[in-house]
Amino acid sequence: MNGAGGRQGEELHELRLTVNGAVRTARVPARRLLSDCIRHDLRLTGTHVGCEHGVCGACTILLDGAPVRSCLLLAVSADGAAITTVEGLAEPDGRLSPVQQAFVECHGLQCGFCTSGFLTTITAGLRDIPQPDDEQAREMIGGNLCRCTGYQNILASVHRAAEIIRERAGSRPDAAAGAAVETPAGPA
Amino acid sequence: MKPRPFGYTRPESVAEALAALAAPDVEAKVLAGGQSLVPLMSIRLAWPDLLVDINRLTELSYVTVADGQVCVGAVARHAEVLASLAAAAAQPLLRKALRFVAHPAIRNRGTTVGSLVHADPAGELPAVLALLAGTVCVASATGQRSIPAEEFFRGPLESAVQPGELATEVRFPVLAGPAAGTGFAEVSRRRGDYAVCGVAVTAWLAPDGRIGGGKAAYLSVGPSPVVLDLTEAVAGGAADAVRFPAAASLARARLEPRSDLHATARYRRQLAAVLTERALAEALGDARETVAA
Repeated sequence: MNGAGGRQGEELHELRLTVNGAVRTARVPARRLLSDCIRHDLRLTGTHVGCEHGVCGACTILLDGAPVRSCLLLAVSADGAAITTVEGLAEPDGRLSPVQQAFVECHGLQCGFCTSGFLTTITAGLRDIPQPDDEQAREMIGGNLCRCTGYQNILASVHRAAEIIRERAGSRPDAAAGAAVETPAGPA
Repeated sequence: MKPRPFGYTRPESVAEALAALAAPDVEAKVLAGGQSLVPLMSIRLAWPDLLVDINRLTELSYVTVADGQVCVGAVARHAEVLASLAAAAAQPLLRKALRFVAHPAIRNRGTTVGSLVHADPAGELPAVLALLAGTVCVASATGQRSIPAEEFFRGPLESAVQPGELATEVRFPVLAGPAAGTGFAEVSRRRGDYAVCGVAVTAWLAPDGRIGGGKAAYLSVGPSPVVLDLTEAVAGGAADAVRFPAAASLARARLEPRSDLHATARYRRQLAAVLTERALAEALGDARETVAA
C-alpha cells in the first residue's frame, strides 16, 4: 500500500479531517480504509491494524468522540469528521492521559500491538461510565483482543484510570464540584 | 486485504441517492454504517461497481415513536436506537436485543436499517423484526413500497430490497397491550460475537393472570429468522414459572438448526430449547411487573 494514491487511473477524492485537533487533508481513492489513511497518508502509525475486518479492535479511534473501528470505515466517508488517534490522547502539557498512565502503572500492556485500540476505547468508555464496576469494565473492553496480558491488568488499568481522572479533577482548583464525587476503594 | 476499486458518490438528498442507485448497468450498493459491507469488500466477497454513501442524509437519522410504531431512519446508528428512551419505553425488546449487537464501537457506526437489509441469519434485529411483524419502507426512483417482515428475509444475506432501491425506514410495532412483556436470550462464543443461538420472545398474560400466549423468533438456527408460536405450549400455565418444558419441547421439535464450525445441530437445538425458557421467563416477569404497576 502506497500512501501517494491508488492504482493508476483510479479516481482520487479530496478529504479533509480534523486529526487530533489539527486540520489535515489527503487525496485518496474511495477504497482507502480510514485505518490506512491514518497510517499511510497521515503518517500516524500509532493506530495499529490487526485483523482488518472489525474483530480485533486494534485500530479503534474516536470519530467525533465515539470509538469506531477505523478499518471498517472508508476514509472518504469520514470526510469532514474530527478524529482522535492514540497520538492525540496525551494531555496538552504532554503528560500521559489518565488511561495511558494507568496502563503504565498496572502493566496493562506487553507487546503493545493492541494497546492503542484499548486506550481509545477506554478513554471514551470512562467518559460514559466514569466509575465502572467490574462487569461494566469488562463490557467496555469486550470488543478488543489482547493476546499477551490475559486482560486482568487491562481491567485493573480501567479502574486505575477512573481513579486518576478523579484525582486529576480533584487537584484542579476549578474542580471543587468534582471533589464531591466519592472515591471508592479501587481494586488492589 | 483491501477492497477492489469502485466508484463512489455521496448524495446530499434522498432524491439524489435514488437517482444514483437507478443508474443502468451499474451494480450499486448503499453504504450506510458499512460495518458488514466494508469487511465483505475488504475480503472481496463483495465488489460493487459503485457505492452510494448515504451518511450525509441526516433527514434519515431519526428514531421516533408514532402511531404504534417505533420508526428508525436509515442513517440512525444502533447506538442512537439503544439510547432512545422513547423507543425503549414503547418497545423494550429493541434495547434488549441491541445490547447483543456486536460491540459499542460497531454500534456507534452500524445502522439498524442496514443490519436488516444485510439479513444475516445470525443477526439480532432480523429476528426482532420478524417476531414483531414489523415493516421496512423502501424507496426507488420510481416509487415507494412497504415490505412486511415475513416477505423481507429471503435467505442468508438476502433481503427483499431490490437493485435500485433504498431502504429508508424500519417500523417496529410497539409492545401490544398492558399485560405483555419481552425477553431476549443469546449464547455466543464471546460477548458481542455472532450468536451460536439466540431467541427473542413476546409473551402476554390472560385476564386471570395466567399465561395468555407467547411467540418466539430465533437467530442462527436457519437461513433466515424462524418464528414460532408458543401459545399452545404455554397458554394457561403459571406466569411465575421458571421452567417451561412444553415450550422447550416445541422449540426442540420445530427447529432444524445446522451444524457448523461453532456448534453441532444437536447442541444448537438444546440451546434453543433452554434459551426459549429463559426468554419466556424474562418476558412473563416483565408482563407481571407491568400489570402490578
